Amino acid sequence: MIRNGPSGQSRVSAEVTVRAPMESVHGPVATGEEHPSSAPLSIHDVTVAYHRKPVLWDVDYDAPEGKLIGVIGPNGAGKSTLLKVALDLTPKASGQITFYGQPYRKQRRIVAYVPQRESVDWDFPISALEVVAMGRYGRIGWFRRVGRKHREAALAALDRVGMADYAHRQISQLSGGQQQRVFLARALAQDARIYLMDEPFAGVDAATESAIVALLQQLSAAGRTVLVVHHDLQSAAQYFDHVMLLNMRVVAAGPVETTLTEQNLRATYGGRLTLLEEAAHAMAQSRREP
Amino acid sequence: MRFARLAPALIAIGCVVATAAADATGPRSITDVRVQLPSLDQVIRVLSLRDYNTAVVVIGVTCLGIASGLIGSFMLLRKRALLGDALSHATLPGVGIAFLVMTAFGAEGKWLPGLLIGGAISGGLGVLGILAITKLTRLTEDAALGIVLSVFFGIGVAVLGVVQKVGGNAAGLESFIYGKTASMLFSDAATIAIAGGAIAMICIALIKELTLLCFDSAFAASQGWPTLLLDTLLMVFVVGVTIIGLQAVGLILMIALLIIPAAAARFWTERLTVMLIGAAVIGGVSGAIGAAISALAPRLPAGAIIVLVAGAAFLFSMICGPTRGVIARAWRLIRLQRRIGRQHLLRAMYELSEEAGANAASFTTEQIHGQRYWAHGELRAAIRAARRAGEIDMADDSRLRLSPRGREAAWRVTRNHRLWELFMVTHADIAPSHVDRDADAVEHVLDPAMVRELEAALSEQYPDLRFPPKLDAGIA
Repeated sequence: MIRNGPSGQSRVSAEVTVRAPMESVHGPVATGEEHPSSAPLSIHDVTVAYHRKPVLWDVDYDAPEGKLIGVIGPNGAGKSTLLKVALDLTPKASGQITFYGQPYRKQRRIVAYVPQRESVDWDFPISALEVVAMGRYGRIGWFRRVGRKHREAALAALDRVGMADYAHRQISQLSGGQQQRVFLARALAQDARIYLMDEPFAGVDAATESAIVALLQQLSAAGRTVLVVHHDLQSAAQYFDHVMLLNMRVVAAGPVETTLTEQNLRATYGGRLTLLEEAAHAMAQSRREP
Repeated sequence: MRFARLAPALIAIGCVVATAAADATGPRSITDVRVQLPSLDQVIRVLSLRDYNTAVVVIGVTCLGIASGLIGSFMLLRKRALLGDALSHATLPGVGIAFLVMTAFGAEGKWLPGLLIGGAISGGLGVLGILAITKLTRLTEDAALGIVLSVFFGIGVAVLGVVQKVGGNAAGLESFIYGKTASMLFSDAATIAIAGGAIAMICIALIKELTLLCFDSAFAASQGWPTLLLDTLLMVFVVGVTIIGLQAVGLILMIALLIIPAAAARFWTERLTVMLIGAAVIGGVSGAIGAAISALAPRLPAGAIIVLVAGAAFLFSMICGPTRGVIARAWRLIRLQRRIGRQHLLRAMYELSEEAGANAASFTTEQIHGQRYWAHGELRAAIRAARRAGEIDMADDSRLRLSPRGREAAWRVTRNHRLWELFMVTHADIAPSHVDRDADAVEHVLDPAMVRELEAALSEQYPDLRFPPKLDAGIA
C-alpha cells in the first residue's frame, strides 16, 4: 500500500511548489527562455516523438535541489526517454531543458548518468576499476592516461559502494547487483551535483537495493539532486522524498506525501489502478528474474 | 554470437585451403610439390631477411598485421567486425574505375597510389551506403552489409571485365582480389609501414577514448565525447588498413586479418591492453610468416598464407587459451565435477551419521551409494579423492569413516548446502542469480544479515548443525 515515507527521511521544504496535475503546464514559466529556471534540472515544454508516435508530450518539470526524486510511471511512459533527452542522447521535437539555468552541453561536468545495466556488454575485457575510472575521463581529457589521482578517486568510489575488494575483477565475473554497484561507482567518481539514474534497482538483490538506497539518501543529504527512474510502486513511497508521476506527460509532481495519492496514481496508471498493487508487485518480480 | 561473426572468416580460410591445395597440386602430383620444397639455404636467407626483396615484403606485411590486429580488436569489441568485410569488397569498383580514368587520361593505368585512392573512395561510399540503409530504413545492419558487399563487389567484377575489354596493360589488377606480395616494391612496403605505424600509434594514443566508445557509447555521448567522430575515425582506420592491405592480402581475405588476430587474442586474456598487444603480435607474426612462406613458394598467394597462419594461431588459441579456451573450460568443468562429487560424498556420510545418531559411525560403500544418485564411477572417484585429501579412511576392510578433518569438512559442506537450500526457498525471487554452490561458504556471497537470518532458520530445523563437530571427540 502507499504510505507516507518513513518520518526520519521526509524533508519537505516550504519552497517546493506542488504542481497540480495538468494546470501549471502553461503557467507563469512561459518566458522560460528569457529567464531560465535555476533549478538543478528544469524541463520546459519538452516533446519527444519516435517516428510519429509521441513519447513525451509537453513535459514540464523543475527538480527541487538536494532531493531524492523518483520518476514513476507504467511501462512505456517515457521515463528512460526523459533522462536520455535531458542528456542530449535523444533529439527532442520541441522544448528546452536546462541544468542550473544552462544547457546540458555546458554542464556536463556536474551531471552524472547511470544507464540501464543491460545497455552494455558485461563480457567486455575490462576490470571494475577501469569502468569506474571512466567516470573521470571527462576531467582527464583527450589522450592522457588515467593518473594516480584519478585512479584513487575511482577506488574511493568503488569503496563507497562496498566493492573495493572487486576492483581488479573482470566485470563478467560480477553478479548483477555488483555490476549495478560498479555503474553507480562510476557516477560517484564523477563527483557530480546531479545524478540521473535509469532503473538502478532492476535485477539486483535485496541487499544491493538497500545499500544503493542508503547511498542515494547520503547523496541527497549532502545536497546532491538525485533523479531515479523507478518501477516498483510499493517501495517508491519509502525510498524517495519527491516523486514525479509520468505517463507521456507529467501527471503530478511533488513531495511523496501529497503526490502519491490514489487519485494521482489513477491518473498515471489509468483504469489499471484497481489491480495496481498486484501488477506492480508482479512487475517487480518479473524484472528481477535474470 | 562470436562464432556467428567469425563464421565467414573461417569459411574464407576453408576456401583458401581448397584453392591453395588445388593450385599447388594443379596438374602435377603432391610428390612433385615436395620436390619443389625450398632448400635449407633459401629458408635461411629468407628467415634472416638477407634477401632484400623478402626483407622489404616481410617488414611491410608485419606492420600491416600489427595495425590490423589493433584496429580489428576495437572493431570486434564495437561489434562491427563485419563492417570491414563490406568495406574491403567495396574497394574493388574504385580500383577498376581509377584504372580506367588514369588510362583515359593517358597516364600509367597501374599507378598504385591512384588505384588505392580510387579504392578508398569507393570503400568510403560503401560505408556511407550501409549507414544510409540503416538510418533511412528499418533494415538491420546485417542486411545492409550483405546488400552493399555484394552489390559493390558485383560492380567491381563488372568494371574489371570492362577493363579487360578496353585493353591497356590491365594484367595484375586481379591481384587486388587475392593479394600478391611478390610484386611489392620497396616504396609499397614503406607506404604500408608508415601508414600502418601511424594508424597503430593513433590507436594507442586514443586507447582510453576508443575503449569508452566500445564499452558504453551512450555514456560516452552523455559525457560529451564525440562518439560519431570516434566511430568515423575507426571507420577511416579500417579503410586505411584495408587499402594498404589490398596489395598484400587482397580484398577478399582482408577481413580475416582484421578479425582473426583480435578474436584469437581474446582467448588469452580478460584485459584489454593484453588483448591489444596479443592481437598486434598475432597479426604481425602471421604477416611475417605468411610473407616469408610466400617468398619461398611463389606459387602460393600471399594473402592465403597469411590468413592460414593467423587461422592456425586462432585455432591454437581457441583450444589452448588459458582464460577462455576449450581446454581451460573443460578443465574447469572437470574440477567442478570432482569438487561436487567429493562434496556429495561428504554430505552423504554426514547425513548417514545423522540418521545413525552417532557422529563417528562408519559405513559401507553400499550404504553411501544408496544415499543419493551417483553417476557411473562418480562415487569411486570421490572416495579416492577424499582419501587422498585425508578426509576419510577405512574403518576396516569394507567400511569407510570420516576422519576428524573430514567430519569438519562434511559439517561445513552440509551446513552450506542447507543454507543455500533455505535461501532458495525463502528468497526465490533473487536466488537464481545469487546461488553460487561452488563458493566455499554462503558468507562469501550473501551479506551478513542474510546469513544470520538463514542460520536462525536452519538451527531450528537442525540443531546439530549450529556448531562444528568437536574435533577432539574420539572416533569409535
